[in-house]
Amino acid sequence: MKIIDAVHVFFDYMRKDENDKIEEISPALSDMNLEIEKGSFVCVLGHNGSGKSTFAKMVNGLLLPREGSVYVADMDTADDELLIKIRETAGMVFQNPDNQIIGNIVEEDVAFGPENIGVPTAEIRDRVDEALEAVNMTKYKDRSPGKLSGGQKQRVAIAGVMAMKPECIILDEPTAMLDPKGRKDVIRTVRELNKRDGITIVLITHYMEEAVDADRVVVMDGGRVVMDGTPREIFSRVEELKALRLDVPQITELAYELRKAGMPVPCGILRKEELEEVIMELLFEGDKGSCDSTDTDGTEPDLGTDGTEPDLGTDRPEQDLDTDREDKSEGACQ
Amino acid sequence: MSIKAEGLTYIYQAGTAMESYAVRDISFETKDGEFIGLIGHTGSGKSTLIQQLNGLIKPTSGKIYYNGEDIHSEGYDMKRLRQRVGLVFQYPEYQLFETDVLTDVKFGPKNMGMSDIEAEEAAKRALKLVGIGEDFYKRSPFELSGGQKRRAAIAGVLAMDPEVLILDEPAAGLDPLGKTEILETIARLHRERNNTIIMVSHSMEDVAEYADRIMVLDDGKLVYFDSPKEVFRHYEELEKMGLSAPQITYLMGDLKKRGLQVDDSVGTVAEACREILRLWKEKEEKSAE
Amino acid sequence: MIRDITIGQYYPTDSVIHRLDPRVKLASTMLFLISLFLTESIVGYVFAGAALLAVIRISRIPFKYIVRGLKAVVILLFISVSFNLFLTPGEEIFRLGFLKVTREGLRTALYMAVRLIYLIIGSSLMTLTTTPNQLTDGLEKSLGFLNKVHVPVHEIAMMMSIALRFIPILIEETDKIMKAQMARGADFDTGNLMQRARAMVPILVPLFISAFRRAADLAQAMEARCYHGGAGRTKLKPLRYERRDYIAYLLVALYLVVMVVTRWL
Repeated sequence: MKIIDAVHVFFDYMRKDENDKIEEISPALSDMNLEIEKGSFVCVLGHNGSGKSTFAKMVNGLLLPREGSVYVADMDTADDELLIKIRETAGMVFQNPDNQIIGNIVEEDVAFGPENIGVPTAEIRDRVDEALEAVNMTKYKDRSPGKLSGGQKQRVAIAGVMAMKPECIILDEPTAMLDPKGRKDVIRTVRELNKRDGITIVLITHYMEEAVDADRVVVMDGGRVVMDGTPREIFSRVEELKALRLDVPQITELAYELRKAGMPVPCGILRKEELEEVIMELLFEGDKGSCDSTDTDGTEPDLGTDGTEPDLGTDRPEQDLDTDREDKSEGACQ
Repeated sequence: MSIKAEGLTYIYQAGTAMESYAVRDISFETKDGEFIGLIGHTGSGKSTLIQQLNGLIKPTSGKIYYNGEDIHSEGYDMKRLRQRVGLVFQYPEYQLFETDVLTDVKFGPKNMGMSDIEAEEAAKRALKLVGIGEDFYKRSPFELSGGQKRRAAIAGVLAMDPEVLILDEPAAGLDPLGKTEILETIARLHRERNNTIIMVSHSMEDVAEYADRIMVLDDGKLVYFDSPKEVFRHYEELEKMGLSAPQITYLMGDLKKRGLQVDDSVGTVAEACREILRLWKEKEEKSAE
Repeated sequence: MIRDITIGQYYPTDSVIHRLDPRVKLASTMLFLISLFLTESIVGYVFAGAALLAVIRISRIPFKYIVRGLKAVVILLFISVSFNLFLTPGEEIFRLGFLKVTREGLRTALYMAVRLIYLIIGSSLMTLTTTPNQLTDGLEKSLGFLNKVHVPVHEIAMMMSIALRFIPILIEETDKIMKAQMARGADFDTGNLMQRARAMVPILVPLFISAFRRAADLAQAMEARCYHGGAGRTKLKPLRYERRDYIAYLLVALYLVVMVVTRWL
């Protein structure tokens, strides 16, 4: 069953001058299509201006499509009557932890959503306690949000959404302003909510490491979806990702470089442990050819041609920077 | 052009029940033209330390010498120090305030007493260094993209022509493209002008890529100040401090533990690649024999 | 220094005072302030002080913490005390150059100082034991009758609560921007009034922009969390008088009676 369905969505940002005349139109989404299954963990990648945030706001009904429709649990976001219900179903967590906490005390902030939708007092209490427990912030419930770390604030924000009993949470770069520890905590929390409570998670991020454990990775560029698949599929396409100005996780990049230099390393390696096994096998124990991981056999030759495809990035102005770096690492490998 | 710190200590709310150490007894000396990475988790005292280095915070005790001169001695020219030791704060784009980019970048040089023409030249030089072209000079800073704003703000400090450049998490919150551009810009500045650079970062990966030496702060204390290799050798201790070495370092560490003759202190993809390929070649040659 | 101001900050401990209905605390604070001007006798002030001390003890807020809050207003205190000390006519005790100190002056100055200190401690005690949200809740409910004359009480209360939440953030931000501009050689301490005012531009512009950005973000976050005004809202902690609140009212009434009586002592 799908929880989010975006159908041929178009959206433009407009800049108006003092007389309300349109000065500039910049398209944010152009023919975006995306279905998200209930209960899945989807990671959305893309550089700034690729339309990720606009899409997130569409799901929550904060923005409405100029053309096309967005459905949340079969409710059309364009229907004013349904707006509150939609926002209850699909909650949202934003980038800046300070600018989304309304309450002056943690538990009061978590209660803000349920209060708005008129949940009876006794039930608000239960929901707040549950939500704080779910993000592991119970012992901070009486604190002032100002005294919390960035990661803790984001978990409070997530609890605020959880207290509305949503089916889906959209997180718009929730870790961009956090330190590594805060980042880990937030991601762990989100993953738990997905696994334990079956909440659908749409995680928009710049950190490729966060995408590794997702069920599905969606890459956006120019206001539409350009890549869509499992993390392994997506991160096998290193050249394409680089052409889209996205990074790959360090481990994936190392595997890719090793393969480029002639080692028979399968593609789409995501985790340290996998690469470790592969390297141990190649260098230590078995001989060449013992690499029988089935899921990568098919894609490997493809990748070879992909890797040498020259015209992928040539029309991009910032190209030299990229090739610079690549030359460096290539050189180092030979 | 060296900064020397001796026993730097800073206590918040000294003398009250809530007193807390931000920085304790830190001593170090930088070398000329060195690229230093400063690492520590939030609250480890990084921000306090760098603000002390250009005199914005006066240490509770301890001394700072710039080129051998005590910066808190009587009559020391603090303005001059701030020109020589440029400090770029976190999210520096939030300080932009002028109507156009060029005028904003001129703010620093003009405060340093340059004439309008001199300041304009300095500003143009700085903008060129960070890769902001002439067509942006007359635009409002608020019309720029995130990465461009950040670079314009860095130019605002560069225009004062500092000898030492301190940057507090210059890449924070940017997308991968913006991040690479900023870091490459800083690396190029370092190469071309041989500034001493102190870069605060959360990302071990970034620091591993660029720094000559890494300074690790934990709970206000200076724990390590050494080459990346030496620091990454302690990846298990780093983990305990809530810091993590680059993923690559963990991989190499595990490989070594399993008996591979690899250097477990590397932190970049290129180095790791070289190490593993070396072993691979050796093995190939052996099997060819 | 800004961090030293304890008025308007909440100090979380678990005490009866903390649990009292904010309306009780609001009313009691008002009555306490009035009572300070009811009495003129030493006995009255001693009694008020004792009452205050008792409340501090019950609230479990460290006495030191409260005293530290007084530091921020020490100058104000000093000025008003000196005015009373030197400018009250009456029987002269001694002279300091052209300033003469009178018996009456000493007396009013002393009373003034005590009143001010009580006043500050009393009101900070309210904010220390009441979360800003409870406070605004209390105000919203106490002033609810104004709704009938179309005063948007809920909206005002919400605005107050948000302002309280963002004041510390904006103070910190000001500090950061100021330092950042100082790192670019900005000088806020020298020059004439005009120059100093001009020097504020590099602080104020970024601060305003940031405040607007935060406001826009917050509005969006509130909307995303289904905020649609005060209609149909429920509360996590609805205000309801408990037995302890009635007891508190009773105690305050008793206190007032005593204070009134001390007038004639």
